[in-house]
Amino acid sequence: MTMDRQDVSARIIALIEPFNKKEVAITDATRFTDDLEFDSLTVMDFVAAIEDEFDIIISMNQQAEIENFGQLVEAVMKLQG
Amino acid sequence: MTDMISENQTAEHTDLFSKFDPLIKMRTDLLSTGVTDPFGLVMERVISPTVAMCNGRETILLGTYNYMGMTFDPDVIAAGKQALDDFGSGTTGSRVLNGTYSPHKAVEQALCDFYDMKHAMVFSTGYQANLGIISTIAGKGDYIVLDIDSHASIWDGCKMGDAEVVPFKHNDIEAMEKRLRRIPEGAGKLVVLEGVYSMLGDIAPLKEMIAVAKKYGAMVLVDEAHSMGFIGPNGRGVAEEQGVLDDVDFVIGTFSKSVGTVGGFCVSNHPKFEVMRLVCRPYVFTASLPPSVVATACTSIRKLMDAGEKRAHLWENSKTLHKGLTDAGFQLGTTEPQSAIISVIMPDLERGAAMWEALLHEGLYVNLARPPATPANMTLLRCSLCAEHSAEQVQQIIGMFTRAGEAVNILG
Repeated sequence: MTMDRQDVSARIIALIEPFNKKEVAITDATRFTDDLEFDSLTVMDFVAAIEDEFDIIISMNQQAEIENFGQLVEAVMKLQG
Repeated sequence: MTDMISENQTAEHTDLFSKFDPLIKMRTDLLSTGVTDPFGLVMERVISPTVAMCNGRETILLGTYNYMGMTFDPDVIAAGKQALDDFGSGTTGSRVLNGTYSPHKAVEQALCDFYDMKHAMVFSTGYQANLGIISTIAGKGDYIVLDIDSHASIWDGCKMGDAEVVPFKHNDIEAMEKRLRRIPEGAGKLVVLEGVYSMLGDIAPLKEMIAVAKKYGAMVLVDEAHSMGFIGPNGRGVAEEQGVLDDVDFVIGTFSKSVGTVGGFCVSNHPKFEVMRLVCRPYVFTASLPPSVVATACTSIRKLMDAGEKRAHLWENSKTLHKGLTDAGFQLGTTEPQSAIISVIMPDLERGAAMWEALLHEGLYVNLARPPATPANMTLLRCSLCAEHSAEQVQQIIGMFTRAGEAVNILG
């Protein structure tokens, strides 16, 4: 069941797209708040989309540790086990 | 160490207040338009639960949460005065040391009787009740599943504890169920809901949500701060109204709304509930409420048990105001009146503040609510009705809103 990093990245990028109003190019270093300008409402909707896509929970405690795209991919892979 | 002191230098430092600069700017910009500070109102004299003197003007109060108008009830006031005479002005101590007087036990018994539950624990404020109960019962490895629009005291209770915090979209049963389903097997689960959400005045589908919570073995805490005394056949809240109070493990409430004083509480039938008095830090490490406060609360709660006529009149007020404001062309937080809160949605903060001020000049006080306290970054004029508002006052209020709305160009 474990997916490779590339696959997880691609699926997350697809989920970012509707929230990426300025069409910022996504790299591991892309930050959600500073670069993509996600506000708290967007974060909630985006996290819900990720959770549904991968059938996982990303608690607020875990979200606090995730600032950029690369960290999110790592967290999703870890949560998937 | 001594070298550093002898050099007597002032190191470069970051001003810890610089994080507040955006808020300071927002406030300065708002006040520079000449509008009265919406967060600096002073009531010079309070005449009744529905009228006060503000800036020398007689003002109808429509933003006080004083739903049942108990603040000037003669029996309530007499009980407070008697307790002042009998027990003094304060307890100067924690409930678990020298701060439990007989009126504290009496008000807890009144709560047990009011809710028909076995245990009641009184805190010094409603904020502390949520803070204390949530942070204490949900610990490391446990999961708290809560509505994203929860009150600050619920969020702070989550933050103070060590549990994993998992929010879901407001009132979304499916979103809640998905999160409960994904929680690892064996983990403790607490679902936190509110009966009435105070910003828009909408209620939760507790019947469905609590059924889902129980299906996944979660304990359920419901904050009924804005429904006590008013909603439900006995005024026990939205859970009672929807017939699911028996499935609620913990009800959180406050004395600072319908009860008409200050304080908070939790009622429960949990067989081990009394241990909370020893382990709940916001209960232990603070002074208990003054005896006059708990005596007024006790009298008020017992009177609220038999307040069917006042409840009926408050519903009439809520329906009349909702219809009047809708007909006048205002956009409201709910399409139907669901509680004693009617929330009027403003186009932005500037016009919201202008409207608030125009209403004050008309002689009407409402709450201006702005982000981040509001959902979806809305600016709201929040109206909370009182059972003591007369039908004439409600008509006056509708007229004031209409004139103010036209004056600041919110109504077309």
